[in-house]
Amino acid sequence: MGLLSDPNRRRALISLLTRLNTPICLVCYMAGVAWFMGLAFEPFTLRTYMSENAMGSTMVEERFPAGERALATGREFAAHKKKVGGMPVDWLVKTMQARGLEVFTQSFSRTLPFPDENKERYMVKGTNVYGILRAPRAPRTEALVLSAPCSPGDNNQAVGLLLGLAQYFRNQIYWAKDIIFLVNEHDLIGMQAWLEGYHHTNTTGMDWSPLQGRGGSIQAALSLELSSDVITSLDLVLEGLNGQLPNLDLANLFYAFCQKIGVLCTIQGKLQRNDWDSVSGYSHAVQTMMLMVMKQASGRPWGDHGLFLRYHIEAATIKGINSFRQYKTDATTIGRLLEGMYRKLNNLLERLHQSYFFYLMPSLSHFVSIGYYMPAFGLLTVILLLRALDLWVQLATPPTRTEDGVADIEQSSPGVLSVLTPLVISHLTGVALYTLPIRFQEMAVEHFPVSETEAVVLTAIAVYTAGLALPHNTHRFLSGEGTEQGWRVLKLVAVLYLAVLLGCTALINFSLGFILALTLVPVAAFVTPHIPKVLSAFILVILSPACTLLFSVFFFQELQEMPVSFQDGWLLYLSVISQGILDHFLYGSLVYPLIALLVYPCWLLFWNILFWK
Amino acid sequence: MAAYRYGYSAVLFILCGLSVFLVTNGQETILTGDDGAAAVDSPQTVTETAEQTAEQPAVEERQWEVTEVEEASPDEAAADKQDASAPETLVPPSVPRPKDDFQEELVIRPLHSGDIYASFQFRTLWETDFMRGNKVSHYRLFPKSLGQVISKFSVRELHISFTQGYWRTMQWGQPFLPAPPGAELWVWFQDSVTDVDGTWKELTNVLSGIFCASLNFIDSTNTVQPSASFKPLGISNVTDHRFLRYATLPREIVCTENLTPWKKLLPCGTKSLQLTELPLFSLQAGLAVLLKSEKLFHSSFHSQAVHIRPVCEDWQCKTTSWELRQTLSVVFDLHTSGQGKREWSLFKMFSRTLTDACPLASSSKVYIDITDNPEGEQFELIPATPLLSQAVVLGDRRTFSVYDLTQQITFGAVRSLNLLIRWKSTEGDMLRPLLHGERYVAGYGLQTGEIHTLMYNNHPYRSFPVLLLDSVPWYLRLYIHTLTVTSKAKDNKPSYIHYQPSKDRVRPHLLEMLVQLPPNSVTEVTVQFERALLKWTEYTPDPNHGFYVGSSVLSSLVPSIVAMDTNSTQERPLFSSFFPCKEESSYFVRVYTEPLLVNLPTPDFSMPYNVICLTCTVVAVGYGSLYNLLTRSFQIEEPSLGLAKRIANIIRKMRGVPPL
Repeated sequence: MGLLSDPNRRRALISLLTRLNTPICLVCYMAGVAWFMGLAFEPFTLRTYMSENAMGSTMVEERFPAGERALATGREFAAHKKKVGGMPVDWLVKTMQARGLEVFTQSFSRTLPFPDENKERYMVKGTNVYGILRAPRAPRTEALVLSAPCSPGDNNQAVGLLLGLAQYFRNQIYWAKDIIFLVNEHDLIGMQAWLEGYHHTNTTGMDWSPLQGRGGSIQAALSLELSSDVITSLDLVLEGLNGQLPNLDLANLFYAFCQKIGVLCTIQGKLQRNDWDSVSGYSHAVQTMMLMVMKQASGRPWGDHGLFLRYHIEAATIKGINSFRQYKTDATTIGRLLEGMYRKLNNLLERLHQSYFFYLMPSLSHFVSIGYYMPAFGLLTVILLLRALDLWVQLATPPTRTEDGVADIEQSSPGVLSVLTPLVISHLTGVALYTLPIRFQEMAVEHFPVSETEAVVLTAIAVYTAGLALPHNTHRFLSGEGTEQGWRVLKLVAVLYLAVLLGCTALINFSLGFILALTLVPVAAFVTPHIPKVLSAFILVILSPACTLLFSVFFFQELQEMPVSFQDGWLLYLSVISQGILDHFLYGSLVYPLIALLVYPCWLLFWNILFWK
Repeated sequence: MAAYRYGYSAVLFILCGLSVFLVTNGQETILTGDDGAAAVDSPQTVTETAEQTAEQPAVEERQWEVTEVEEASPDEAAADKQDASAPETLVPPSVPRPKDDFQEELVIRPLHSGDIYASFQFRTLWETDFMRGNKVSHYRLFPKSLGQVISKFSVRELHISFTQGYWRTMQWGQPFLPAPPGAELWVWFQDSVTDVDGTWKELTNVLSGIFCASLNFIDSTNTVQPSASFKPLGISNVTDHRFLRYATLPREIVCTENLTPWKKLLPCGTKSLQLTELPLFSLQAGLAVLLKSEKLFHSSFHSQAVHIRPVCEDWQCKTTSWELRQTLSVVFDLHTSGQGKREWSLFKMFSRTLTDACPLASSSKVYIDITDNPEGEQFELIPATPLLSQAVVLGDRRTFSVYDLTQQITFGAVRSLNLLIRWKSTEGDMLRPLLHGERYVAGYGLQTGEIHTLMYNNHPYRSFPVLLLDSVPWYLRLYIHTLTVTSKAKDNKPSYIHYQPSKDRVRPHLLEMLVQLPPNSVTEVTVQFERALLKWTEYTPDPNHGFYVGSSVLSSLVPSIVAMDTNSTQERPLFSSFFPCKEESSYFVRVYTEPLLVNLPTPDFSMPYNVICLTCTVVAVGYGSLYNLLTRSFQIEEPSLGLAKRIANIIRKMRGVPPL
C-alpha cells in the first residue's frame, strides 16, 4: 500500500493500468474461462472425504431383507392408485398404521397463476400422507424424513420400498430420531404444502390444513424416485431451490454406501470414469460439471428434496435410472443402501455442518470447493473493476483541450438527471417485465388466439423486446445533446452496478453468477457509443440475458446427449420461461425476479450507452 | 457390633410400645418391630387385621377388594382427597407399632396399541420430624441420604423425576405419573429458609451427587418460581411461591447410572442392605427384582421419580409423617420387543419373575388393569386371580385384578409368579384423552421464529380452564406483544397472565396463563421470538445440535369421564347419581408438551485459524494503509540533487555565491 501513498508510483501504476487496460481485460477473461474449464480436470480437484465423525467411524450393518415384499406392496399400491384414480389415501393410512406408525394426513389446494402445460395442472388439490416412526425413549426433538412422491406416472416401487423400510425400521430398537415416512401428492406442490405446514409458514399463498403430528426439528431428508421396474443404477440429485446444495457429507454418505454395497452410482446420470488423463475422460468430467452448473443456475428444485434446503434441512433425491443394461440392482439392495444411510444419519449428534455447502462435482468422488471455483469468477469481475478504474481516471483527468474553458465547464458537469433517468426507466421496464405477464394474461387470451401459458410467455418476450426500443434516447429530451462525459458517468455506474450484482449473485448461486458474468462482462467491457452500431447491437442482443437462456437450453440438451432441432428448442425455450415464472410463484425461486428486476435493467443500461448520441 | 445392635433394637422396641394411630390400607399385614432386630433377639410379631382374615380369597370366586386405590396423579386435589378418605385402622394401644411403614405395588396396564405400561410405586411413610432442631440419626426404612437432605436444606416438599422419552398421550392415554423428558426438579422450602436461592443451589448440587445426574447444571438461568402451576401436594399452609423453585433439564439423558442410586433408596432394592440385615433371604426381594436395567431401558418410555412430602398421619392431622414415594414407569413396545406377537409376561418384560414380597413391606401387590376386559374377551390373564379392585383413576372408573404377593397362594405350586397377558382380539377403541398438548417451533431461518403451543380439549360439551406454564431460556428473546391465544379462530383472552421477562444470562422468561378451553376445540398459543447471538464461550460443545427449550406444563382440573358417563346408573342406585358428586366430577391432570430443539446462529468453530488470519490481514493491510493515507499530509518533494551538484553547492556556499 506504500505504492498508493506515493503519488509518483501511484500515477505510474494507474497509467500502466489505463494504458494496458484492454489487454489485461482480455487476459483476465481468458484466464477466468480457462480456470473454470480446469476445474473439471481431476488432478486439480479434491477427493471427497467424510468430514462428519459421527458418520465416519461407526460401522453399521445393513440387514434389510424384504425387497421382494416391498415390490409386492408397490404393486398393491399401484392397483389401489388406479382404482381410486389418484392417491389412495385410505389404503396408505391403513397400511402405515398396520406397520405401527402414527399416521396423519394433510390436504392442500393451490391454484396456479396460470396453467402448467408441462404437467397439465391448474387447480391442484391433493393430500399428503405421512407416518411417523417414534423413536423409543426419544423426546420428539429430532427427525429424519424419507419421502416418495406419488406421481401419476410410475413411482410405485418407491412407495413400496418406503413402506417396506417403514415396516423393517419399526422393529428396530436403535433409532434415536423419529423417522417420518412421507408420501406426497403432486410432487413439489405437495412437498411445499407439507413443509410449509410442518414449519407453519406461508410464503407462497398455498392453502393447506395444519399438521397434526410432528417430530421436532428435521435433521436430514431423502426423497426416493424409482421410475422404472428395472433399476440399474442410482443417481444422486443435489441441486435445490435457488441453487442451494445440501452439505457435501450427504453426497459422501451416498457414495460411501454405494461403494460398500456395490451399487452403480451416478451423478447427473453420468458414471464415473477412471481415464481422467485422456481427452474423452476429461470431456466427460466437464460434461458432468457443466450439467451441474446449468442445473444449479436454473435455480429450480430438481427433485422433491430441493424445497427442504430452505429450512436448513440437508436433503437429496435418489433416483433409480435404467440406462446401463448389464447391471441390475434389486429392491433389497436399494433398501439396504437406504437402511445404511438412515442408520448413519441416525447416529448424527449435530446437524450436518462439517463439510462444504458450496461445491461443484465433476464426479461423485471428486469435488471442487468454493475456494477453487471462486477465482474463476473473480477473474471475470476484475475486468469490470478495471474498466471502472479506467473510466474513473478518464473522468478525473481534465480533457486535453484545457484552453477551451466553456466546453470544459459544460463537460465536467453531466448532470445527475442524465444518469438517473436511464436508470429509472430501465428499472421500470424491469418492473413491467416482472408484473405484466401475469397481469395481462386474461387480456391477452381474449384478444389473441393463444392459451394462458403462451400468453404469459409471449407477453414476457414482448415486454422484453419493447424494452430495447424504449429508453435509449431519454437523455436527449433532458439535456439536449448527450455529452462525452455523460455516457462515461452512466457507464461507470452501470459497470459498478453489474459488478456488485454479479458478485452478490455468485455468492448465493455461483453457477448463475458465472454464466451471467460470462456473457455480460464482455458487453460491459466493450460497449461505447463510438463503435459500429449495427454490429455491436447484434452482439449486444446475442449476449443479452434472454439469448443466454436460449443458448443455455440448447447447450443443456447437448450436454444431456439429447440434442434438439431449432423448432423443438424454441418450444422448449418457451416452456422453460413459463416454468421459471411458475417456480417463482409456486416455490419462491428467485431467478425470475433477479433477471427481470435487476439483470435485465442493468443490461438495458449498456444498450442505452450504445445508442448514446 | 452385636452390642450396638442390641442397644439399638432395644430402643426401638421401647419406642414401639407407644400407642398411636396407624394409617395403612385396610387389609394390609402389619409387620411390627425391626426385622434386623427380630433376627437377633426380639420376638417377631405379625398381626393380621380383621379385614385381612375376612378377605382370604375364596377360590374360583371374584371378590371385590375393599381398598381404595390411591389416585395416582400427584395433585393437591387428589392429595387432599386421599388424606381425607384413606381408611384408618385403629390399632389397639397394646400392639407395638412401627414408626415407619413400607408398601410396594406394580400396576400393569395393557394399552390399546399393543404396548404395555408398567408402573412401580414404592412408598415409605415415617413419622418423624426432621425440623425443629432435633437430630434424626437412626434410619430404618427411610433412606438416610434423603433424610439428611430434608433436614439440612429445610425442604418441605421435593419432587424429582428423570425421564427418557416422551409420553404419547394420544396412543397411551394419561399416565399415572406425568413427567417431562429429561430431568425435572421442584422443591418447596420451609418458610424458615432465608436465602432460598443459595439453599436451592446447594440442594441441586447435593441431589446431583445422590442421583448421579447433571442437576448441578440447574442455575438461575433455568430456574423459575411458578406462581400457580405447582402447588404443594402434601399438607401445607404455605403457598407463597417465594419458597418454590422449579427447574427442568430437557437435555438430561437418563440411563443405568441414574437407576442404580434410585434403587439404592429402596429397602429391598440393593444387595448390600440385604446382606447385612437380611442374610436369610435371597439377595433381592419383592418387586425390586424386576428392576433390571437391561430391560427397563429396552423400552419406549422410561421415567423414574422421587417424591417427598409431609402427609397427615390421621384424619385429624394431629401428627404428620414424611412420605417418600419412589415411582418408576416404563412402557414396552410391541414391535421392537414383541416381534409383533401380542403377548406379554413378566418374564418377557423384565426377564425375571416374582417369587416373594419384600419382607420389609407391609403391602406388596400387583395390579392389572382389566377395565377394557371385564369378561376376558380382549385378553387372557394367566394365572387368573379372584381378587378384584375398583378405583377411580384419572376420572375413569377402572377395575384391576390384584395379586397379593404377601400371600403364598399367589405364587402357586411353582413358587413363582409369571403373569401372562395374551391378546385375543385387537379391536376396541381407546377413549381419547380429554386434554392433550403439543408444541413446535414455526418459521425458518436463524433470526426469528415462533413458538406454537396447541392445547386440545377433546371433551364433547364441557369447557375447562388450563394453567399453562412456559419457561423459555433467555437466548430466545420472546416478543411478548406478539402473544396470541386463539381457539376456534377466535381470540381467547386468558383470565390470568403472569409474565416475568428474562434477563440476559441471569434468568429465563416465565409465562403462566389461565386459559379457558372451549369444548371440542384446539387452542393455539403463539409467541414470536428472536434468536440471540451468544458469546463464543457460551456455546455448548455441540452448538449445531441446537439448544433445548423445556416442555411447557399444562395443569388442569379436567371433567371426569365418570361424570360424563350417563349410563353409569346401572351399577349405582338412582338416587346417588342425579347430581354429579364433587370428588368425581373433575380430576387433576398435568400434561407436558414435547421439549423444543432450536438452532441458534452459530459461528463456524472449525475455522478459528482462518478467522484469525483473515482478521489480522484485514486489519493490518486494509485498515493500516487506509489510516496511513488518511492521516498523512502530502507535499511535493523537491527533486533531489546529484552528488556533484551538492558538493558544488557547498563550495559555492563557502564562497558566498548563491547555490545552483
